[in-house]
Amino acid sequence: MKNVWVVAKKELRTYFTSPIAYVVIMVFLVLVGFFYYNILMWFNAQAMQMAQNQYYYSQININQMVYQPLFNNMSIILLLMLPLLTMRLFSEEKKIGTEELLYTSPISVNQIILGKFVASLLVLLAMLALTCLLSIFSFAYGNPEVAPILNGYLGLFLLGAAFIAIGIFFSSLTENQIVSAILTFGALLLFWVLNWASNSAAGAWKDILNYVSFLQHFDNMTQGILDTTDVVYYVSFAFFGLFLTHSVIQSRRWR
Amino acid sequence: MIAVDHLTKKYGDLTAVRDLSFKVEKGKIWGLLGPNAAGKTTTMRILTGFLPATEGRASVGNLDVFEQPNEVKKILGYLPETLPLYPDMTVTEYLGFVAAIKKVPAGRRTESVAKVVKTTGLESVKGRLIKNISRGYKQRVGIAQALVHDPLVLILDEPTIGLDPAQIIEIRSLIKSLKGEHTIILSTHILPEVTQTCDGVVIINEGRLMASGSLEDLTASIRHKEGLFIKVRKDGPEAAAEIRKIAGVDKVEAADGELKVEWKPGLDLRDDIVRLLVEKRFGLLEMRPMAMNIEDLYLKIVSGGTEQ
Repeated sequence: MKNVWVVAKKELRTYFTSPIAYVVIMVFLVLVGFFYYNILMWFNAQAMQMAQNQYYYSQININQMVYQPLFNNMSIILLLMLPLLTMRLFSEEKKIGTEELLYTSPISVNQIILGKFVASLLVLLAMLALTCLLSIFSFAYGNPEVAPILNGYLGLFLLGAAFIAIGIFFSSLTENQIVSAILTFGALLLFWVLNWASNSAAGAWKDILNYVSFLQHFDNMTQGILDTTDVVYYVSFAFFGLFLTHSVIQSRRWR
Repeated sequence: MIAVDHLTKKYGDLTAVRDLSFKVEKGKIWGLLGPNAAGKTTTMRILTGFLPATEGRASVGNLDVFEQPNEVKKILGYLPETLPLYPDMTVTEYLGFVAAIKKVPAGRRTESVAKVVKTTGLESVKGRLIKNISRGYKQRVGIAQALVHDPLVLILDEPTIGLDPAQIIEIRSLIKSLKGEHTIILSTHILPEVTQTCDGVVIINEGRLMASGSLEDLTASIRHKEGLFIKVRKDGPEAAAEIRKIAGVDKVEAADGELKVEWKPGLDLRDDIVRLLVEKRFGLLEMRPMAMNIEDLYLKIVSGGTEQ
């Protein structure tokens, strides 16, 4: 565990001594802020209209009308941002030759992978935590329910963890950061929309495609449903990505 | 301290190291000598546990490299051919990180880093980012990272490559000063490096062992003839004929405007030859001994491909 933290600390230092982390966090916050503002304006207008009618008035729900679309937008921004955070993790070590230092040190490959994963998770956590400040406005002028919001954030965090694990895997495949980022984008987008194919699929394939796709599970989480299936899905997805990374690194050295 | 036993490494169809065996005693510096692509780096990568071998065994300090890799890695310092440096870290930060992953206890890290900064002469740059320091200092940081956990064994892959002559001398004397406490293997294709810093040498070519042993043994084994190169001002052929008459001279031949004189080992005919040349007024211009040394051995092995 100590070794994992040593590697994580080194990665965090690289993130924050270079502009990478600042730029990623800043751009993420600007975009989320923009979406939040627009959704809130739309919600305001909508709420004014709905308040005219007794029935519609009871249907106004800030969780559903603000947070659900906001979380969906945030997930797309994460899909675009996280590959940029993970692309250098193994590619760079390979390119500048520091992998020889890492793999000839008395720490295991698993500890190296976990260290890098933890560092990216902490940056992700910082990104998500800073967006919580936006909710000040929702709570000052409205009364949203806290539990579904936290559930949504949990969903974003788990989704991000899966994205990061996939990114780390592609980073271990190549010494070129751009190739690593593009492969990650491709894979994430594909898994995002995989359930579209389920419309034309038959039988068990329909269920499989639906289950494997990111979208289905994420929808549940933004709606405030905490289902262990979804949590297990994301955790196993992340685990699978890290496992593949381990296999790639080991097979490289044994070839 | 280091034992390599019938080591073979194949990359697909390419055999980089073929049935290589050698031993290095504790506290000595040994050179791994060979032309480019001879298998030096591969051998070192196997010893450090970076690459597995296809066949054979290797051990460092009585620990098997393949069975107990983590124990071996703890007592081993490695300078790869490409310096494994993080350009965005300062020298101190970097060495601190290396100390941590090499399992130096947290309480002793600052102390070990300070010590190694001192031995490698990095005090003046220790607070600077690695990307901003000169090549010579980067090389020292590379050596410092190999030393920071005070390993018993040091493996240095081309430690003086890309340095200017003054820096080469500095790095060599640094390596020599580490002898005794550390057992060192260094690879090189620069011949003087071996004669100047090493106690013994392993010569490999195309992955095969061509010769190995201490420098004295190897040079003694090949010194089967002695002689001189002589340059005279005039009458070369006549001088050659005169020298031939001296008792004990085996062979005199003219080459490149010089005379190559050889005699049987054990004799010393230098006095006789000089007296002759001076008395007959041939005008002696230059005279130098024809000692067979490790360079001749190396060239003979590598160009001739004769196995010893």
